[in-house]
Amino acid sequence: MSFLDWIRQPWPWYVAGPLIGLTVPVLLIIGNKTFGVSSSLRHICAACIPANIPFFKYDWKKEIWNLFFVAGIVVGAFIAFNLLNNPDTVQVHPNLAKEMQGYGVTDYRGLVPSELFNWSSLFTVKGFILMVVGGLLVGFGTRYAGGCTSGHAIMGLSSLQFPSLVATLSFMAGGFIVANLILPIILKL
Amino acid sequence: MENKIIPETEQQHHAFLAENTDFEVRSLDAVCFNESELKHPWWYNFKYAITGILFGVILIKAEVISWFRIQEMFRLQSFHMFGVIGSAVVTGIISVWLIRKFKVKTIYGEPIEIPKKKFSQGQIYGGLMFGFGWALTGACPGPLFAQIGTGATVIVITLFSAIAGTWLYGRLREQLPH
Repeated sequence: MSFLDWIRQPWPWYVAGPLIGLTVPVLLIIGNKTFGVSSSLRHICAACIPANIPFFKYDWKKEIWNLFFVAGIVVGAFIAFNLLNNPDTVQVHPNLAKEMQGYGVTDYRGLVPSELFNWSSLFTVKGFILMVVGGLLVGFGTRYAGGCTSGHAIMGLSSLQFPSLVATLSFMAGGFIVANLILPIILKL
Repeated sequence: MENKIIPETEQQHHAFLAENTDFEVRSLDAVCFNESELKHPWWYNFKYAITGILFGVILIKAEVISWFRIQEMFRLQSFHMFGVIGSAVVTGIISVWLIRKFKVKTIYGEPIEIPKKKFSQGQIYGGLMFGFGWALTGACPGPLFAQIGTGATVIVITLFSAIAGTWLYGRLREQLPH
């Protein structure tokens, strides 16, 4: 097995998790930055559409590192998906595959199911809820909570902050409710 | 590091953010401790882009941004996501502990500061809302950027929607319980 074949396999959790965790000390050491992604959405608002709202009236240019970081994520994902891609499709739990088949979701090639997330389904009720309403909830919720998986679950828990534990448990609770109770209804639409 | 006098604008920035981010003291506050940042040319920010690239590669290779993996996680059908987040947190805890214990400094010799987060009801209400959105989109903000990088162009709409959600929060902030 060549190095490229080796690196192309999906990485197990015990490799990926510690690497993600190391982002915390790396950002602290290279510039005293606390790991967090959702703030970038706020900086984009502050830069493009501040609309005289106090929450967006700050010098976003001082936070520009965060925008460089998220631009890096786009590039990194492009590199990984195109050059280091796994030749096989994602392996999922048989129960999930069975459930998804019931909704007509059978394409496991991409990271998002192409049957649900595509330009033409954007204008269906199902697609609108998944992409537009889902996005709104992510943007509103993360800012209301003061962070997302990176800022609260990883950075906040790493520095043993109680508010981050509350936030992380809330993220999980919300996800469990929607994935198990609401999503099946939406996918049947 | 010698003690510099913080320019007035810097002071205002600090005061504003301390007040305006009462509960979300994150990167926004960290910058205030990092006075030397002002003196760095803009291209110094490329080190964060490189960190972002590595982070993006990990997100893809670990499949943590796969919509299916998120559904498995919320159905308790796979340990993968819990393993990734759990081991990331353990690594982070050990790193932060080491940084504090050995008083590790930044590469510019400044003391490392980790802002404290304040409790707010927003962490519950906002957290639940984000959880709802996470299960629908299969993505938190980081993975949104990563999904776009993989060529799922329609996710740009989800990203715009998330930016709109953030804006809406800013607009309604005064009326929400915190």
